[in-house]
Amino acid sequence: MIELKNICYSVTDEHSGKTNVILEDINLTFPDNSINVITGQNGSGKSTLIKLISGIETPTGGSILYNGEDITGKSITERAKMGFTTAFQNPIRFKGITVRKLLDIASDHNNNLAGLCDYLSVVGLCARDYIDREMNDSLSGGELKRIELAMAMAKNGGVFLLDEPEAGIDLWSFDSLTKLFTRLSGKTVLIVSHQRKIIDIADNIVLLDKSGAPVVGKREEMLPRINENRNVCSVIEGENANG
Amino acid sequence: MDKLDSELLYKIADLHGIPEGSYNIRKDGKSLARSSDSDIEITSRKDGKEGIDIFVRPGVKNKSAHIPVILTQGGLLDVVYNDFYIGKDADVTIIAGCGIHNDTCGEARHDGVHTFHLEEGSTVRYIERHYGEGNPEGKKEFTPVTRVFMKKGSTLIMEATQLGGVTNTDRLTTASVGKNARLIIKEKLMTSGDERAVSRFRVKLIGENSSVDVVSRSVARDRSYQAFISDVIGKNRCFGHVECDGILLDEARIVSTPKIDAVSPEASLVHEAAVGKIAGEQLIKLMTLGLTEKEAEDTIIKGFLY
Ligand SMILES: Nc1ncnc2c1ncn2[C@@H]1O[C@H](COP(=O)(O)OP(=O)(O)O)[C@@H](O)[C@H]1O
Ligand SMILES: [Mg+2]
Repeated sequence: MIELKNICYSVTDEHSGKTNVILEDINLTFPDNSINVITGQNGSGKSTLIKLISGIETPTGGSILYNGEDITGKSITERAKMGFTTAFQNPIRFKGITVRKLLDIASDHNNNLAGLCDYLSVVGLCARDYIDREMNDSLSGGELKRIELAMAMAKNGGVFLLDEPEAGIDLWSFDSLTKLFTRLSGKTVLIVSHQRKIIDIADNIVLLDKSGAPVVGKREEMLPRINENRNVCSVIEGENANG
Repeated sequence: MDKLDSELLYKIADLHGIPEGSYNIRKDGKSLARSSDSDIEITSRKDGKEGIDIFVRPGVKNKSAHIPVILTQGGLLDVVYNDFYIGKDADVTIIAGCGIHNDTCGEARHDGVHTFHLEEGSTVRYIERHYGEGNPEGKKEFTPVTRVFMKKGSTLIMEATQLGGVTNTDRLTTASVGKNARLIIKEKLMTSGDERAVSRFRVKLIGENSSVDVVSRSVARDRSYQAFISDVIGKNRCFGHVECDGILLDEARIVSTPKIDAVSPEASLVHEAAVGKIAGEQLIKLMTLGLTEKEAEDTIIKGFLY
């Protein structure tokens, strides 16, 4: 279980000295064995929330608890070793580092072809075509995104933090992707998404809103509220959204 | 050959003992061992200068020659001239390289002047590794000069690697590339401490459809200094690509100076250079996979250089 207690996050602009409050007094609980979809407008702080939980950013106030233990001061590496697994909204490119190497690092052992195939086939890629390629711009956006997810699967752990995992992935592959996420349901899963098909597999939904506290509830309760919220609604009914 | 010699040979040429094929092993200014056959013939120079002539018979395929140099003393300046004559349609690998073990406070320096003559249709993979070790006070220096003359349809792939221990290098590589000939240069460089490394490339693309591709990847640590200077001249319909990527750590400095001169309006020349710290987001990504910051840094540098 992950608990966010009175989490605040603000940044101060170096030039103007103005403070921009991004998240204010957030209280949220993500239970074990649950898929939690975080949705909300662009800029509402979804990625920031993921970064605070994975340790990439440090809250300016409040605390984060994992199974009752305060982890607010723990580093990214420590949290990764505790079982926190993050898939970035924008995959990072590495000159000279192959997909195989990244999967080996993620899984913490050297994989044979069959092992690599396991990780890549669940995201719809054929290992043979990818393992020796560098994680660089020669891969398309959708391919990078799938490899980012494969790395998360290889890393494994008790907590999955997936930031818009479906962005850039073609609609044909959607069903297998949602299947992949339902397979994670024994863990604590947070997925940032605007996509109806992903919202449909959620146990809980968090609707972030710049102008007020987040609205949280079970999927059944939340669906009507999301549909009320025009901005999110248009995104859900529309095609893909980035942001 | 003693233990130190074999260790140095292993480091610069992956050699365990005596190599296969033709070879010439030079130690402290003298030839230590040589073997030569009719496919790749190695002879002492006839003009009185130190060094060897290497003749590759036309049409010879899949053969290799090892010509490593080791220096195991301080206070030594070893200057050597090696000329390579690569016969028509031959296809060979030449493994050069120099290792210096200097236990003194003095200077040990190797200046290798290598001249390649590639006949029509020939292919050479030229591997050169530089390495230094011993007393940190003792200087280990290299001033390699590689001159390349490439005839029609020939290919030279040069892999130059220097991953540590060399106090000072000043490398000059010049080439004139003929019709349909391809020159590929891959340079990998790492400097640390107060080391200094300068790498100059001067390539003339003379023939129609000639090409050059230079990829230099380097890492500079501590207070070390690197300079990358390239000068590509396109005198025909040709293609030139120079890419210099440098990672900076600590207070190191890398200076990249590109020059591309399209003398012919049909020439297409590109220079790309990027120098900077390791991207913070790369470190963060690897840390989310469970690596410490130090492990993440090492992984990025290794991936970049190997
Ligand atoms: N380091 C930062 N400096 C300044 N503004 C930031 C920083 N990080 C995030 N923001 C701002 O915070 C808001 C929330 O960003 P983000 O969490 O990425 O939103 P979302 O993922 O919901 O689209 C945005 O307005 C963004 O511009
Ligand atoms: Mg976002």
